[in-house]
Amino acid sequence: MSLTVTDLRVHYRTPRGEVRALDGVTFTVADGEIMGLAGESGSGKSTLGTSLVRLDGRMRHVGGTVELDGVPLPVADSAAMDRFRFRAVSVIPQYSMSALNPTRKIGKMVAELLASRGERPDRAELERRLALVGLPPDVLGRYPIELSGGMKQRVVMVVSTLLNPSLLIADEVTSALDVSSQKAVAGMLLGLRDEGLVTSMIMVTHDISLVYQIADTIAVMYAGRLAEKAPADVIVTAPRHPYTRLLISSLPEVGVRQAERRLDGIPGTPPSLLDPPEGCRFRDRCPLAFDRCAERPPFAEVAPGHSVACWKAV
Amino acid sequence: MLRLDGVSKIYRAGPFGGRELRAVSGVGFEVNAGEVVSLIGESGSGKSTIGRMVLRLASVTEGTITFDGEDVSAIRSPKAYYRQVQGVFQDPFSGFNPIFAADRVFEMIRREYFPRVSRAAWRERVESALAGVRLDPGQVLGRYPHQLSGGQLQRMLIARALLLDIRLLVADEIISMLDASTRVDVLNLLADLRSRGLGVLFVTHDLSLGTYVSDRTVVLRRGRIAEMGPTERVFGDPLHPYTRTLLDSVPRLHVKWAERRDEERAGRTVCPFHDRAPGTPVRGDLAEPEKDHHVACAGPGACPAAEEPEFRQPSAKERV
Ligand SMILES: Nc1ncnc2c1ncn2[C@@H]1O[C@H](COP(=O)(O)OP(=O)(O)OP(=O)(O)O)[C@@H](O)[C@H]1O
Ligand SMILES: Nc1ncnc2c1ncn2[C@@H]1O[C@H](COP(=O)(O)OP(=O)(O)OP(=O)(O)O)[C@@H](O)[C@H]1O
Ligand code: SF4
Ligand SMILES: [Mg+2]
Ligand SMILES: [Mg+2]
Repeated sequence: MSLTVTDLRVHYRTPRGEVRALDGVTFTVADGEIMGLAGESGSGKSTLGTSLVRLDGRMRHVGGTVELDGVPLPVADSAAMDRFRFRAVSVIPQYSMSALNPTRKIGKMVAELLASRGERPDRAELERRLALVGLPPDVLGRYPIELSGGMKQRVVMVVSTLLNPSLLIADEVTSALDVSSQKAVAGMLLGLRDEGLVTSMIMVTHDISLVYQIADTIAVMYAGRLAEKAPADVIVTAPRHPYTRLLISSLPEVGVRQAERRLDGIPGTPPSLLDPPEGCRFRDRCPLAFDRCAERPPFAEVAPGHSVACWKAV
Repeated sequence: MLRLDGVSKIYRAGPFGGRELRAVSGVGFEVNAGEVVSLIGESGSGKSTIGRMVLRLASVTEGTITFDGEDVSAIRSPKAYYRQVQGVFQDPFSGFNPIFAADRVFEMIRREYFPRVSRAAWRERVESALAGVRLDPGQVLGRYPHQLSGGQLQRMLIARALLLDIRLLVADEIISMLDASTRVDVLNLLADLRSRGLGVLFVTHDLSLGTYVSDRTVVLRRGRIAEMGPTERVFGDPLHPYTRTLLDSVPRLHVKWAERRDEERAGRTVCPFHDRAPGTPVRGDLAEPEKDHHVACAGPGACPAAEEPEFRQPSAKERV
């Protein structure tokens, strides 16, 4: 199943004006593709994930389209989207581990959730999937408060993929996991794709070296727009956008010590999305900025499967 | 400054508290002023539980936790304690009340600890704390929690803890929702505060950033210490097989997991616990094969000398 997003613009309404969290985002996810989505904190990654499933009352679809296998998704119409949720598209939201109902045991919660979709739990399959991410079946008999952060995160991940959605959007599902559990979760996601249970995936994460392990492509967001999208290897070894380059170079290797070598983040902060400046959004912080950058750079394909929004890259 | 001695935590679960779960067992280590101690280990190994006990959010079942020599469970003035010790938690959303603007957390600190500071002066302090974590005050002040991104919330909580000019910070996965560049900024900020005397108990899954700032590392496994010592020793020459597994699982750029099988670290053949040189001290059930570097018995499977299902208990004469 393939996803095509074209010039998607979604704003949040606030008393002080509209926050332009998605301001013209264009990309495709091919059938069977796992796409990693990384980028600055606050750049709109979670907004992108939710926009493909449900716009809440404060979000406004300003423009652009989303298509699944060529069929337009009615993203602005929450009722019409019901038909697609969970089976066609499913999102594991960023905070879902704190959204578990504290008064329900995990097993009961799963049963209720499935019942609301007209399904009955397949206990054996449920336990198989829990085991894939290293959880014992007895978590089903526990309350959320009795689980550690990482255990909750893995529970949510198993529950949201039980119905085998065609497109899965996983938002920071490994952020609270130790490296071995990360490996298990990454392995499970890969397994779901390879078994054909989930066809395509968008994995939102800040752990680029993790997503690099399983993703076919990586997209990088900056201030409401995509800066770059390319095959995972290309993003890691030969990124073209200055933001991607700086982001990749701020990842330390194990063993670098602050006392010996101080790393530096990217100086400056991203622009406000309430009233973003014209032209390239990275301009204030970009070491390569020149006159032309006052104009918005197009998200242009510079090589097959590699698109970049930067005047220096075209 | 902070000292844990033989600390254990047993949770009672089930409808009548009939089921017991030993989350932490006999853990002992220290965090000194100006020192970052990282706490790593698999999910469910008790890291957050330790943090919660230090912050008095969970009771200590056995052992003692002291801060400047005073038992934290019996502290007379909790307010004075929290003036010096603060925590930032794993799940940033739970740190906020969804019905109030997120910046209320700053105002509560002012009311509680700095009632005499004027609003204008306070706002200045808040803004500089926000700048320290790379947040633009104009973008976050006055917003509700659901209007902020995960990383923005996480940084608001760090800024809140730092407004107090504390001496010990319990930081539970505080950088997990930040991009790499912002992570580096926050860690450099912690490093600067450390050089002014701040002690940090730093729980993290990002081992490369864990090594970047921490002086000492404690590796937890199933509630017990598997290994601890100076960070460069623990990561440079890991003694416990679990520490090695952790290091081998760290995802690396340019190297895929699948391609790494043959370059896996060759394990040490000599078990530092059982085959130690005569006279090597053992403290509790940890051996100390080199100064200040402690390691637990790896248990059956990994260790031919171990018989018991859990960890071998050293005999009384082995203890020092
Ligand atoms: N309900 C809302 N109302 C107003 N602004 C919002 C709302 N939700 C999010 N925002 C703003 O929109 C921008 C994008 O937020 P989003 O949560 O999509 O970021 P993100 O890329 O997922 O960040 P992170 O990596 O920190 O999770 C942020 O600047 C955030 O402050
Ligand atoms: N309130 C509680 N009641 C019962 N059991 C609990 C409670 N809190 C934690 N536990 C259990 O204690 C163990 C340790 O949990 P803790 O949250 O300390 O782990 P952690 O090391 O922080 O893990 P993670 O990396 O996943 O956050 C887990 O098995 C968990 O299920
Ligand atoms: S368009 Fe200009 S400012 Fe933007 S990233 Fe490229 S060079 Fe830098
Ligand atoms: Mg997000
Ligand atoms: Mg935890």
